[in-house]
Amino acid sequence: MSDVYIVGIDMITFGRYPDRTVPSLAAEAALMALDDSGLSIRDMQALYCGNLGQASGMVGQRMLAEIGQTGIPVTNVANACATGATAFRDAWMAVKAGVYDTVLAVGVEQMGKGLLGGGSGGPSTEGLIGSGTMPAMFSHIGMEHTKRYGTTFEQFARVSVKNHHHSTMNPKSMYRKETPLEMVMNAEMIAYPNTKLMCSVNVDGSAAAVLVSEQKMKQLGLSARAIKVRASEMSSNPFEERQMAMPDFSSATRIAAARAYERAGLGPEDIDLVELHDCFATAEIVHYENLGLCADGEAGRLIDDGDTALGGRVPVNVSGGLLSKGHPLGATGIANIYEVSTHLRGEAGERQVEGARIGLTHVVGGGPGMGTACGIHILEKA
Amino acid sequence: MTAETETPIESGAEPLVPFLKTGDNGPYLAGSKCGACGHVFVGERTVCAKCSARDRMEAVHLSETGKLYDFTVVHRSFPGVDTPFVDAIVDLDDGAHIKGTLLDVDPDPESIAFDMPVKIVYREAEPVNKAGTPYLTYFFVPAG
Ligand SMILES: [Zn+2]
Repeated sequence: MSDVYIVGIDMITFGRYPDRTVPSLAAEAALMALDDSGLSIRDMQALYCGNLGQASGMVGQRMLAEIGQTGIPVTNVANACATGATAFRDAWMAVKAGVYDTVLAVGVEQMGKGLLGGGSGGPSTEGLIGSGTMPAMFSHIGMEHTKRYGTTFEQFARVSVKNHHHSTMNPKSMYRKETPLEMVMNAEMIAYPNTKLMCSVNVDGSAAAVLVSEQKMKQLGLSARAIKVRASEMSSNPFEERQMAMPDFSSATRIAAARAYERAGLGPEDIDLVELHDCFATAEIVHYENLGLCADGEAGRLIDDGDTALGGRVPVNVSGGLLSKGHPLGATGIANIYEVSTHLRGEAGERQVEGARIGLTHVVGGGPGMGTACGIHILEKA
Repeated sequence: MTAETETPIESGAEPLVPFLKTGDNGPYLAGSKCGACGHVFVGERTVCAKCSARDRMEAVHLSETGKLYDFTVVHRSFPGVDTPFVDAIVDLDDGAHIKGTLLDVDPDPESIAFDMPVKIVYREAEPVNKAGTPYLTYFFVPAG
């Protein structure tokens, strides 16, 4: 089977675009990715389009109506916060299997402001049987880490200080403001230990990638800036003791990470930078351990020592992460591949991770009573 | 949110969730125990998510005592919901795991202890989107 390469990738600046449509946001990123590759929509043999908010709305077809209807097969996918990664992976599989040699993957989301979670007909259980909000779910995960290892409110808050600092160097980030530790800790408490500045930002956004086979890459002469996909792995939540009471994001991440490292023939020690799913500050801490960036129980020390800051041993979320760059659900899983690819190409400017050769992206999402979807990609400069 | 009254055994209110039942001897939480692997689930089911056994489930009444496994203090919720409240994950003594609201504690993380013993009480309460209509629900309170 052929290796698969990214030859074009880009994202729009994340922000709030209430006057745009979902297909138009998707189209913008698609054209940017095509321009990055030097190819045209007429060269694409298939489209994989990820979007959650209009999952039954044929966003991919409507996007093609804006940039060129060539009759190619369109697959629209929805898979919680792993939606974009799922579209990318479907594209990767199609090329890997040899069905196509030139395909387009797009992720897009247009979101309202405010709390996510809950919702559904019937009487609300909110407040009476705990909380169905996303912040509460992810605060439980942080408190579980506190229970096991003594991780402190301040350590969780440092994640947000770091990622907001990183975002000041990313022109495509929604926010680009420093948030000192006191500001993060004194911000409105949402669900302990996550304050408002420790919750990801609901924004609109889109990202897209052009994937080709090795033969096609050589034939087109696109090797110079190409990124090799060393591993593309997904998982769902395996059975966990407390799954009915608290959603589990760690087991799925550990399964996908183990498969990805095995597929790539690499280990966590080989990774030069990571974009992981920091939907809440508490999540980043547990994913350090889930992705093997440190031993279990060491995540608090990792953030304290600056190992995951730009210039540290393994910089994490140099883009600003979901906490500051923003989290347009369906776009996130391709936007993080854009970030890592940009570093591997040496084109990340002020926030460049020097000498980056191999990077990892991670998304994981789901909800109470639903389940978990996790996607991990390992990328290497071709 | 406070709890002044004891269990309303005679409550005629509709249960807030399907696994809360009103039996002849008062309300109880319905569970299922797998005859193959022993796992105890909240609610009724026929297939085991843990070991995949089919038709080995036995209907049980869940234990009404347990320990506080994990919690968060929720300060921001949906409009109209009283905050702060303590969202708790409890390990029941029969091995089931259940989420709920912990009452009768100071909603301050410093004053809530992991693994503290808790018990289940049944009360009427009005869902935020059904003002004026009480439903029967369950809460956790400190035990002992
Ligand atoms: Zn079983």
